[in-house]
Amino acid sequence: MIASTLKCARSPAEALAPPRHPSVAMLKMLWADKFALAAAIFLLIALFCAIFGPSLMEEAATKLNLRDRNAPPFDTERGWMFVLGADSLGRSILARILVASQNTLLIAAASVAFAMLVGGTLGLIAGYSGRRVSDTIMRLADVIMSFPSLLLAVIVLYMLEPSILNLVFVLAITRIPIYLRTTRAEVLEIRERMFIQAAQVMGASSARIILRHMLPIVIPTLVTIGTLDFAFVMLAESSLSFLGIGIQPPEITWGLMIAQGRAYLNQAWWLAFWPGVAIILTTMSLNLLSGWLRIALDPLQRWRLEMGGNNNAN
Amino acid sequence: MQTETAHVLEVKDLAVEFHTVQGRVKAVRDVSFYLDRGETLAILGESGSGKSVSASAIMNLIDSPPGYITQGSITYRGQDLLGMTGAERRRINGCKIAMIFQDPLAHLNPVYPVGWQIAELMRAHGVEKATASARALELMERVGLPNAKARFDAYPHQFSGGQRQRLMIAMALGLEPDILIADEPTTALDVTVQAQILELLQKLQAETGMGLLLITHDLGVVADIADRVVVMNSGEIVEAGTTREVFKHPRHAYTQKLIAAAPGKGALHAVEPSQDGSAPLLEVENVVKYYGGLKALKGASFTLMPGETIAIVGESGSGKSTLARTLLRLEEPTEGRALYKGRDLFALSPKELFDMRREIQMVFQDPTQSLNPRMRVEQLISEAWAIHRDLLPRAQWSDRVAELLLQVGLLPEHAQRYPHQFSGGQRQRIAIARALAMSPELIICDEAVSALDVSIQAQVIALLDELRRTFNLSYIFIAHDLPVVRDFADRVIVMQNGEIVEMGTVEQIFNRPQQAYTRDLLAAGLEADPDIQSARRAERAAHAALSAV
Repeated sequence: MIASTLKCARSPAEALAPPRHPSVAMLKMLWADKFALAAAIFLLIALFCAIFGPSLMEEAATKLNLRDRNAPPFDTERGWMFVLGADSLGRSILARILVASQNTLLIAAASVAFAMLVGGTLGLIAGYSGRRVSDTIMRLADVIMSFPSLLLAVIVLYMLEPSILNLVFVLAITRIPIYLRTTRAEVLEIRERMFIQAAQVMGASSARIILRHMLPIVIPTLVTIGTLDFAFVMLAESSLSFLGIGIQPPEITWGLMIAQGRAYLNQAWWLAFWPGVAIILTTMSLNLLSGWLRIALDPLQRWRLEMGGNNNAN
Repeated sequence: MQTETAHVLEVKDLAVEFHTVQGRVKAVRDVSFYLDRGETLAILGESGSGKSVSASAIMNLIDSPPGYITQGSITYRGQDLLGMTGAERRRINGCKIAMIFQDPLAHLNPVYPVGWQIAELMRAHGVEKATASARALELMERVGLPNAKARFDAYPHQFSGGQRQRLMIAMALGLEPDILIADEPTTALDVTVQAQILELLQKLQAETGMGLLLITHDLGVVADIADRVVVMNSGEIVEAGTTREVFKHPRHAYTQKLIAAAPGKGALHAVEPSQDGSAPLLEVENVVKYYGGLKALKGASFTLMPGETIAIVGESGSGKSTLARTLLRLEEPTEGRALYKGRDLFALSPKELFDMRREIQMVFQDPTQSLNPRMRVEQLISEAWAIHRDLLPRAQWSDRVAELLLQVGLLPEHAQRYPHQFSGGQRQRIAIARALAMSPELIICDEAVSALDVSIQAQVIALLDELRRTFNLSYIFIAHDLPVVRDFADRVIVMQNGEIVEMGTVEQIFNRPQQAYTRDLLAAGLEADPDIQSARRAERAAHAALSAV
């Protein structure tokens, strides 16, 4: 009832609002949520580093400097490159983080995207189709889930060459069931809703019902899980690297940097700390942004952001 | 209002505000009413009128924030409820003032036996365990649950809707409250069950002498049991008085409109005898639908002529919705035929079925759920043309949407909005526009107006009636109570337990019902007239006394 009163109050204002271009409206909504804005800016920086980092910093990241081994952070004497300290071979941690961002983000993003795509598709099929297909898909997911993911990764990567592509493949396979199960559960619920029946009565095909009516409701959930999974994948990749079957030096990732820094934790915490911070900030930003996206994409919730924007503007 | 303490409950100048992002919304303003022992006061209003907020304020159920009581007082036997501490308030709530709700299933814990739950309330207020259990059993008998002793340890899902409401009433009566607040207690129930529950409430009130505060949108319920009525509209009381006075001589324009909108007053449709010449549009022959062992539909047959409106009326479980869903092939029938223009709907190939979808459309019960919340009105309506590509070229979509919106009484600029930005009645108009987008010949309305307020109901029915004449549509109109279909249908089919009980013209069904069930259904329907209701009540009582002897 409160909601209905609220809607009534809103309608005239909306009717008056001139139609805006969707992207302008989106930017306005992003501006309204300052946390999401900060997250978006951070992610843009991270993306920039991932694309241009290796070509700009490659040299600094690989130059050995044994005199500065494990140099502490915030020491201005060595110049700004060493503001985050140096690793066990005297290389600038800052430069290494920037260079490593490429591999890290590439692997994580590709794995998550691949897992989300495959898991989401299978989940939609499993949820919408008949019992037989659904059961087959679900048992397949159970097999993957019941098999220890690390063991699977070890086997696959021993047989295949530990390249980035194979790593992405293995990480994605182990994460598929999560997306699959979530999607299926949501689809089972949405399938019973009245507007799906309304679409059936109009003669909508299964493809149309799935893509037009179900997917838009499922996607925000998948994106939210994906952002949380991003961190998991980064750490999983580091443990594979630690076992010697993931990314191998001289290639670097944030996970690998943490793994390497682990040996020095009691003498030089900053070796593992800074890449850890990078992982946390990335995950948190993704999470904040996905939370914002969830609201921005939902017509029922969008007013929260639009109102916030107006208040700031006034 | 001479002496303050005379009234068991008194609400004075109550104002409740909700703080929202848009600023303060006044949900209730200057609301004053009182309730004496042994009387029934009805707060009548449509959705959004503030009637539930007023009741929530008495029970301290307003979430704060965002809701605040900004003004006024609520006194129970002279004690100011608003000034009390939480602990004092709890001693009165549940104990002296009890409440029952619309949906009893949501208020019963599914994992505890019902007897235990009824006793629990008493135990919470310090009654000893054995006494509480004995009293719970006694209450279950008193609210008319058959075989109470055996069902003491049953779980809520094992009871029907009406029985669950009886359980809620038993629970509320546990501590012999002075006041019982009933928030839409019968809205979710079938008409015959509704009549029983209302009777029970009145009987219990007479026995205990408690005051009954009834919150409802249903004029019939008010006419049936209320002594006095307070009519609310957009947060204010527009009229107050004895039920008879308000119903017979409504002074405020809103009340007049509301009473005029009550269904079942207009002229009955005369049956046009021009049926012989034309071929029937739809011939349903012995349609059967079983869900495993459950026989939802045990063989229904009827014919529908072009331009005709058939109402299918029945209570829950009568199979009326199953029939509609089967005709639309949302369910596959177990047996039977349905000839639409001579072709069997149940034997169509997928391609033929796809083409048939254009001609038979459906309007669902709850427009909130039948419209995809993430699509704009324009997308919703034009989806028909996106699915049936050859129906309308894309360039004409937006013009046609505007046209359809005008036809159903909305504005072209509404096309860019989302469903949640409309009221319930407007949403149903959108759903109707969507059905019209295909230019169908037959529209099946499944409880299309049951979720709407009375005055909106009348508007939507008027709209459907007008569209029928404009486009020569045929309707199959499914409803759970008879008055709604009275001014609208040509013929009525009454269903019970998966079977057609009676079929006839609207005049036959309403004026000369043949079957006992139809008569029961008609008698249980509540007229918005206190005189008729009290006459019926007397008749029922006489009947009951007679059969008891």
